[in-house]
Amino acid sequence: MIKRILALLMLALVALGTVSLIGCGDDDAITLNVYNWGEYISDGSEGTLDVNAAFEDYYYETYGVRVEVNYTTYASNEDMYAKLKSGATSYDIVIPSEYMIQRMIDEDMLEELDLANIPNFAYIAEEFQYPEYDPDNRYSVPYTYGMVGVIYNTKMVDEADTGSWSLMWNDKYSGKILQFNNARDAFGTAMYYQKIDVNTKDRTEWETALAYLKAQKPIVQGYVMDEVFNKMKGESAAIAPYYAGDYLTMYDSNDALAFYYPEEGTNVFVDAMCVPRGARNKEIAEAYINFMLSEEIAVANAEYIGYASPNTLVRENEDYIAYMVDWHEDAMNILYPDLSTYTTSYYHALDAETQEMANGLWEQLKIESSVGSSIHTLALIIVIVVAALLLWRFILKKYRSAQY
Amino acid sequence: MKILSKSYIALILAVLYVPILVLMLFSFNSTNNTGVFTGFSTYWYEELFRSAETFAALKNTLILAVSSALISTVIGTLAALGLDRMRSKLLKGTINSVTNVPMMNPDIVTGISMMLLFVFVGTLLGSTEKLNFWTLLIAHITFNIPYVMLNVSPKFRQMDKFLPEAALDLGCTPAQSFFKVELPCIMPGVVTGFIMAFTMSLDDFVISYFCSGSDFQTLPILIYSMTKKEVKPDIYALSTLMIIAILTLLILTNLSGDKGESLKDKLSDSASRMRERMQTRRAARASGKDGESQ
Repeated sequence: MIKRILALLMLALVALGTVSLIGCGDDDAITLNVYNWGEYISDGSEGTLDVNAAFEDYYYETYGVRVEVNYTTYASNEDMYAKLKSGATSYDIVIPSEYMIQRMIDEDMLEELDLANIPNFAYIAEEFQYPEYDPDNRYSVPYTYGMVGVIYNTKMVDEADTGSWSLMWNDKYSGKILQFNNARDAFGTAMYYQKIDVNTKDRTEWETALAYLKAQKPIVQGYVMDEVFNKMKGESAAIAPYYAGDYLTMYDSNDALAFYYPEEGTNVFVDAMCVPRGARNKEIAEAYINFMLSEEIAVANAEYIGYASPNTLVRENEDYIAYMVDWHEDAMNILYPDLSTYTTSYYHALDAETQEMANGLWEQLKIESSVGSSIHTLALIIVIVVAALLLWRFILKKYRSAQY
Repeated sequence: MKILSKSYIALILAVLYVPILVLMLFSFNSTNNTGVFTGFSTYWYEELFRSAETFAALKNTLILAVSSALISTVIGTLAALGLDRMRSKLLKGTINSVTNVPMMNPDIVTGISMMLLFVFVGTLLGSTEKLNFWTLLIAHITFNIPYVMLNVSPKFRQMDKFLPEAALDLGCTPAQSFFKVELPCIMPGVVTGFIMAFTMSLDDFVISYFCSGSDFQTLPILIYSMTKKEVKPDIYALSTLMIIAILTLLILTNLSGDKGESLKDKLSDSASRMRERMQTRRAARASGKDGESQ
């Protein structure tokens, strides 16, 4: 029987092998390696448009060349950066956030784009052309953007307390507040609250922010990233800072949730398409970028992701507006606030020294835990008990051997 | 006392299986809400079967797990055989502990060091795609081998040392003695080793993460990258299907283990058959000689 099972497994392997061989049968197809955030493209699920398949068709029809999009995903800018920096892989397209783009430009990790190959760039809204992280707009084409705001549950939070970052420091909601679980965004909330420049290099300013985060710690339920979805939807927390697009996703399952941009100012991010150095198919990559900016595709992506699109074709598309309003009646205002009425700023790439200081301060905050002492006591007790047991056995052994 | 012991077992089983049951339950939820069960539906299963990305990743993971487990089972079994035959106790002990290091090592250390090695060698060879399916396969084989050895080595130790000798005595070539006598003896260890290697490779994230290139994304890496937004319940559906598949496989192996004739019977069978064959051969030779002399 065991032999039979092994034989079956072998058979399965052979079968899989053939399937995979058939799968990549057309060897003449050029592979375009796209490296994007997870769930950051309309992929055909839940009846949406499969953008990558559409590009393959489009490219074949237009240029007569078969292209196969090899689409892989990452969870953070830093993951993507580490992978590219190791120099081990070659991607044709990556989609980092603005501060990472700045850093990659500084480290000469991006190819210059030929905007002549990307005519649809003209549809990018003016405020996202020639942005401060890429002043000559040589390296990046914006894909999505969004702002951090505060999400709160209208059943648990008094409307009068909202409007400012101070809600996150309001001890009326002790144990119901969530905070970001990464240094930059968490310090960001405190810095915007205290109107400190988030790109400051001044240690005292960072320490002021740390003092605020420490003061907030006792009333914070937890430091979270993607867990925020379940906690807010399931109402185990009442207040959390997160991105506007993600608020809409949460609102989808719990319509008691509401959202506002704090009056003190907030962070705005842009994720933009770039071609990393060493890309093997730069021209196809540019065609891909251009394709992503065409109306139908950009609308499909914007509807799927739920983040704001910097593409004017999307913002003016009536189907899109109808879709978003159907999702949340105020969706267009939430996603596309008039940027001039809010104080917003980008995160800049921090220099190594400031980065290290920020990480150090963040560690300080995370290590100083309120349960720390009790855990130490518990560990100590366990160690003592184990030692006592060992000693007892040792004595018993001695005693017994002495008796014989 | 009986109630106490029974409730203890129940508690342990609950701790082990309640999370899995909850996952299974929520894979049948009608919305993507993980806090509240809003109604029964198979929507996420339909969604799963529509998701090409997930299936590609699943296919990759299975190809990788099966091939790395097979190769590492062969290598690991041969290594265990070699170790078993080794005379020097010191050398044996040293090699044994050295092969255990990858198992004890934190995954991240193994992952990063392998990545550095691959990049270094790739640079020497001047390849553009330094990490690809093959590097991932090598990495998986590497961390699977110790698990196979761990399962096979004890079987060699348990095996009657005289069995292979007897086989050689009865006219087997060394290869025949290995395949006909020793391999059946150590087979349970080989199979467990294979299954362990398969599961280790199936759910490895850290090492795969560092050693995979742009061409090959496995399921754990895909699921991890989903945490930027949120993991959708179609992944719960996939996990449910995988758990059911593994459970069926386990039940099948256990059932067949009970029914199959015991190893000893098989061995004594083949030994007696061999003996008979030898006897007839000897008899034939003897009669031939008789014929000559007459």
